[in-house]
Amino acid sequence: MTASAPSPSPTPLSPAETQALDQALAHWQAEPGGLLPALHVLQDELGFIPPATLPALAQAFGLSRAEVHGVITYYHHFRQTPPAHHCLGLCQAEACQARGARALTQQAQDLLQCTLGHTRSDHHWQLEAVSCLGLCASGPALMLDGTLHAQVDAQRLQALLAAVPTPPMESSS
Amino acid sequence: MSTVTVYVPRDSAARALGADAVATAVLQETRQRGQHIHLVRNSSRGLFWLEPLVEVQVGARRLAYGPVQAQDVAALLDSGMLEGGQHPLALGSIEDHPYLQQQERLTFARMGITDPLSLSDYAAHEGWRGLHQALDRTPQQIVQEVLDSGLRGRGGAGFPAGIKWKTVLDAPGSQKYIVVNADEGDSGTFADRMVLEGDPFLLIEGMIIAALAVGATQGYVYIRSEYPDAVAVMEQAAQLARKAGYLGPDILGSGRSFDLQVRKAAGAYVCGEETALLESLEGKRGIVRAKPPLPALRGLFGQPTVINNVLTLAAVPFILARGAQAYAHFGQGRSRGTLPFQLAGNLRQGGLVEKAFGVTLRQLVQDFGGGTASGRPIRAIQVGGPLGAYLPISLLDTPMDYEALSAVGGTLGHGGVVVFDESVHMAQQAHYAFTFCAQESCGKCTPCRIGSARGAELIETLLAHPQQAAQHSVLLRDLCNTLLQASLCAMGGMTPFPVLSALNHFPQDFHLPAESFPAP
Repeated sequence: MTASAPSPSPTPLSPAETQALDQALAHWQAEPGGLLPALHVLQDELGFIPPATLPALAQAFGLSRAEVHGVITYYHHFRQTPPAHHCLGLCQAEACQARGARALTQQAQDLLQCTLGHTRSDHHWQLEAVSCLGLCASGPALMLDGTLHAQVDAQRLQALLAAVPTPPMESSS
Repeated sequence: MSTVTVYVPRDSAARALGADAVATAVLQETRQRGQHIHLVRNSSRGLFWLEPLVEVQVGARRLAYGPVQAQDVAALLDSGMLEGGQHPLALGSIEDHPYLQQQERLTFARMGITDPLSLSDYAAHEGWRGLHQALDRTPQQIVQEVLDSGLRGRGGAGFPAGIKWKTVLDAPGSQKYIVVNADEGDSGTFADRMVLEGDPFLLIEGMIIAALAVGATQGYVYIRSEYPDAVAVMEQAAQLARKAGYLGPDILGSGRSFDLQVRKAAGAYVCGEETALLESLEGKRGIVRAKPPLPALRGLFGQPTVINNVLTLAAVPFILARGAQAYAHFGQGRSRGTLPFQLAGNLRQGGLVEKAFGVTLRQLVQDFGGGTASGRPIRAIQVGGPLGAYLPISLLDTPMDYEALSAVGGTLGHGGVVVFDESVHMAQQAHYAFTFCAQESCGKCTPCRIGSARGAELIETLLAHPQQAAQHSVLLRDLCNTLLQASLCAMGGMTPFPVLSALNHFPQDFHLPAESFPAP
C-alpha cells in the first residue's frame, strides 16, 4: 500500500473548508492534544475531513502529514469522503443481538439495497455498523440521520425508512 | 387551577422511545385546555420498559404514567392526569414502585428526580455536600476517606481508588490531572451515560474532590462520540458550574483552582483502556501504552494523573458527604458499597439497578428483570461487557462481586448484564467476540492483533468441519491461552472470557449449524 499522504503541491481549499479549518485551529491549535477536537470541528462542519486540509493541520500541530493521516484513519468516527445523504447506523453489539439486531440488519440491507458498512452507489444511503448506542435496555437500537430510536422492530424500521424524504431505492416509485 | 409540575425525561433512551414528542404533546394539549403546567425535562429513573415515563407532582407525591406515547396524552389529560387520575397507564407513586423500592441508590439517588442542569435542584438534593466537606480537609484526609470506603474502580479493573489517588498525591509533579473515562463502549452498559446526561454536577463534584485530594488543577472528561447528548449536557453543566464558582481559579472562594474540559472520543473501543485513552487525549492514535510507568506517576502529557471511570468519581461525593463507613456498610468481602447494575438485552424489565455488591444474578434478572422479553427461557447471561463471560443458568446464584465473578472465570466489568434467551447460538457469540476484538484491537501487541483474527477463522473452521471439532477446540483453547497470558491489555487479555465460557458451558453449540436455532 502506498502512503496516501497528499502530494506536496497544496490543493486549494474551498471557502467552506478554509472557514472550517480556521475555526478548528482558532479553538484548538494552542490546546494540548488539540488535534482530535480540531478534527471533530472539521467533520462537524463539513461532514468529513477533506484530505486537502491535512498539510495545514500537520503544520499547525507540528506533526508530519503521515502522523495526522494516522490519527484520522485510526478512529472509526472520522471519514475522509463526503457522507451519503442519509445515514442509518444499526447497533450490532450483544445487547441488541439478544433482541434481534441481526434480523433487523438483514431487513435494513434488503430495504435499502445496501450492504452493512457501505454507501450505496447513488450516494443516497449509507448503512453503518454501530457498536453500542447506550440504549441496551431498549434494543434493538439505531441512529437515523443523527436521531436515536429504540425498540425498533421490523414494522417500525419500515415506517422510519418510509418517512425519510429520499426514496429508499432509486428504482422504486 | 394552579400550575402543576409535569416531568418528561430528557434521557436519550427516553427520547429514543418518543419522549420529545410526548413533551410537545403535553404542552400543546394543556395549552388548548387552558391548563397551566410547568414542564420539567428530568433525568430518567432507569425503568426503561416504562419510558417515556411521565410524572405529575400531586401534593408530596409524584404519580407516574408509562410507557406514554404522544397519542396517549389527550386521553391521559381527559382522565385527569394532572390530578393523578386513573388510566390504564397509571403506575401510582413512582417512588413506591418495587423496582425502585428494592434498590440501594447511593450514587443514583437523584436519578429521575431532578432537572440535570438545575443547580438549585442539585443543591436541594444533597448536591455539593461532599465538596464542602472536602474543602475543609487536607488532601491526606480526603484520600484516607476514600481508602476507608473501600471504593474500587468501577471501570472494570476494580483497583482501589484510594490507592490510586494516594499514588498521585505523593507523586512529584508541577501539573497533575484528573481524567474521567467516559468512553463507555461496553455493550449492555449505560450507567455512565445516565450520569453524564442525568446528573452531570455529580460527576463534576467528584472530579473537584479528586482534584483537591491529589492537587490537580486541570481535568478532562473523555466522552464517546456515540453519546452526543452526554457531551452537550456535560459542556453546559461545566459552564454553569464555572459561572457559579465551583470551577475556576478560586473554587467557592477557597483559593483552590480546578477546571475541566469535555473531550469527544472518536469511536475506538480500545480507548476505554486507560493508557489508550491518555494517548487519544494527547491527540494521538489510541494505542495502548506498556505499563509501567503507571498513569498515576506518568499519565497525561507525562504528568501524574488520576484516571477514573465515571461511576468511580460519581460515588465519591456520597463518601465525603456521609462518611466512608456509610458507604462501606454496603457490600460484602472486598467489594464495598454499591454498583449500578445495568440490566439489558432480552429482559422484560431492563434498566438501572443500583444494589450493594452481593446481590445474586438471579435476583437481578428474575426479580428485577422479570425474565426475558421474548417469554422464552433464559439461556445465557453475559456479565461485564463484550469481554465478559457468558454464564449459564446453573450459575444464576453467583453473588455479584469482583471476587465471585472472577472465581467463575468472568468479570464484573462495568456492571452490564446482558440476557439471551434460548435462541442464542453460543458459537456465533464466541465468533463475534473474536471479530469484535479483531476490529477494535489497537494493533500494538501480536496476540490481540493476530490472535483475534485467527480465533474467528478457527471458529468458522470448527463449525464447517464438526468431525474435527475435538482437534480444533484444542487449538482454540491454546490460542485463548496465548491471548490471556501474552496480551498487553484487557482487550486481548479478556477476549478469551466470552469465548472460553461459551466453549465450557455450551459445548454442544460448537457442533451445530446456526440454522438449527430459532430466530430471536
